[in-house]
Amino acid sequence: MKSSGIKVTLLVRALALATTAGTFALISLAQANETLKIGALGVMSGPFAGWGGVMCQTSKTRAAMWNDDGGVAIGDKTYNIEVVCVDDKGDPKGAQTGAEKLVSEGIKYIQGPNTDSTAESAKAVMEANGTINMPYAFSKSLYKAPASQSILGMVASYQVGPVIYKWLMDNKGIKKIAFVCENNADPLNQRNEGTAAAKTLGLEVVSDQETYESGTTDFFPVLTKVIGTSPDHIVLSGVNPSDVGPLIKAARELGFTGTMSTETGQDPRAIFEVAGEAANGFIVAGGASTEAIRSDFMVKFIERYTKDWGEWNDVAGLYVYGPEIIVQTLQSTPKALDDTEAFKAALDSFVGKNPFLKEGGELKYVGRQDYGQSRQVSVPIVVQAVKDGAYEPLFVGKLPD
Amino acid sequence: MTQVLLNALVVGTTYALIALGITIIFSIMKVVNFAHGQLYMIGGFVVYYFNVVFGLPFWFGLLMSFVIVGALGIAMELFLFRPVMLRVKREEVTMLLAMGTAVFLESLALIVFGEKQRGVPPIATGIVELFGARLPTGRVVVIVVAALLIVALMLFIGYTKTGRALRAMAQDRDATALQGVNLKWLSAMGFGLGTGLAGLAGGLLVAIFAVHTGAGTAVSIKAFLMIMIGGAGVLSGAILGGFVLGVLESVGYALLPGSMTFLIIFLIVIGFLIVRPHGIMGKPWG
Repeated sequence: MKSSGIKVTLLVRALALATTAGTFALISLAQANETLKIGALGVMSGPFAGWGGVMCQTSKTRAAMWNDDGGVAIGDKTYNIEVVCVDDKGDPKGAQTGAEKLVSEGIKYIQGPNTDSTAESAKAVMEANGTINMPYAFSKSLYKAPASQSILGMVASYQVGPVIYKWLMDNKGIKKIAFVCENNADPLNQRNEGTAAAKTLGLEVVSDQETYESGTTDFFPVLTKVIGTSPDHIVLSGVNPSDVGPLIKAARELGFTGTMSTETGQDPRAIFEVAGEAANGFIVAGGASTEAIRSDFMVKFIERYTKDWGEWNDVAGLYVYGPEIIVQTLQSTPKALDDTEAFKAALDSFVGKNPFLKEGGELKYVGRQDYGQSRQVSVPIVVQAVKDGAYEPLFVGKLPD
Repeated sequence: MTQVLLNALVVGTTYALIALGITIIFSIMKVVNFAHGQLYMIGGFVVYYFNVVFGLPFWFGLLMSFVIVGALGIAMELFLFRPVMLRVKREEVTMLLAMGTAVFLESLALIVFGEKQRGVPPIATGIVELFGARLPTGRVVVIVVAALLIVALMLFIGYTKTGRALRAMAQDRDATALQGVNLKWLSAMGFGLGTGLAGLAGGLLVAIFAVHTGAGTAVSIKAFLMIMIGGAGVLSGAILGGFVLGVLESVGYALLPGSMTFLIIFLIVIGFLIVRPHGIMGKPWG
């Protein structure tokens, strides 16, 4: 009896000791992890919140996945990733002060901004402080020398636009094309580039001067004129996520039966919810998470994003490439943690693994053809069409080196 | 041209509905409610949630958009505007308060409703063709309902005891109080009516457009344009201002390059205000 009592006491003590030791081990493990801050600077409110807001949420979710797995090993240390989001409200001044705020916190790698005007404005801060940023803006001056700090995080409209138009010419027989966009610098730039590309391909541009003001609710007036020119295809240049559904719906209600497309990232469920069946067939370039091509890891990311933010947004499938390639590059070049010159030096030779595609493949920096230097993430060119609230891929391509 | 005129009719009717709420609040409280667009946006989301998320009929959602946004307006009057107006007489303070409320509501909406645009299933299907112009049946329903709501409001304001009290308060608060009218109750009711109308407009129009959390600011700007054209604080002026802006917008898009349309509209409004600063139906003395 006494012997068994001693055994129980010993067992309790051993358990207490083990628990204490385990707790200390966990605490010391947690303490061993340093923190790597990554910035997210973009438009997180207003009509464009579907871009910057999702970018911030995407980075936070990816960071949480890394942290849950014990952190990211870079060199001989392990880091927890902390994402610091700043809303520039789509305002160039906001982008500049936002960039300064992130830089003042010692952040060397920033995802965003989301538009040409904000990215151009933030560029001065990035270049002066040697901060690397990953805009989702297409202005070539951001990526061409002498600029060196910005890396395009997606496929540019002038890269994918001609590919879509050519596909439509070959597969749908389109001959006449119209462009409509918001009266704003970014969409106007994209429209001009699209118009030039369409003309080069031999398409007849029947309308390219019609624009609408930011905040327009009823698109009937502007589309009445566009559709009156009898185009086979309408391009919604640089359309923001809040306008795309109403534009498609209005065009179909006005009797337009041709094809429609955009080159900016969009969420198919949101489009379908607003435009209903009229959205079917709408062609979008972007989103790299289409069911047909995504890996199990992307599925896991989608589940986690949905858990974190309540609902999946297809644009997140594109934004997740940003933190992924930054972290992979840092892992391959630990010196770049403190020295972005080392990061830039690694851009030409870095080859990582793409965890988001079913077929795997390389994750690297491209852009030499368009920008003269490796300043673009090698996201796949995925051209897809909306079908009942989801995307079905039309074709998948690769960016040239 | 028929299509352009039909477009003008639809845009004008929807604008008139939007402008009514803001002009009621201005006439009763002398408050320029910069949060009007955000209340419109919340009305749209109320309908979306009742109709799409909870699966209840659209018309019930529309009723709730009036009730909920109206209640929100009453709360704004009781807890924000009234205490401030009791202590401060400077008008710019209430304007700043309204602006702050607008920013707060928009930020809160982004957290609660998320970043996506939302829409509801069509309330009617099919297209009506008139002399070659196309008018979706859903738009016809919305125009009819909006027109009925405008008429109902005019009748309420013109012929009910409460409506007359509201008009009296808009003209002279002291004289109205001397007649034994409870101004505190009436102010809250009037504010609630104005915001409820914003909610109703947002709720009704989500049936043909869509709603997102950033929609409010542009709606507020257009609402101000309308009441400046029609005459601030005059109900019939708000309706007229809505139709004038709707016609200018539709005809402008038809005849001018898109980028010029609002440039010309603003030039016209500026020129018009120089000639008639109190708007078409407003009175020079307020």
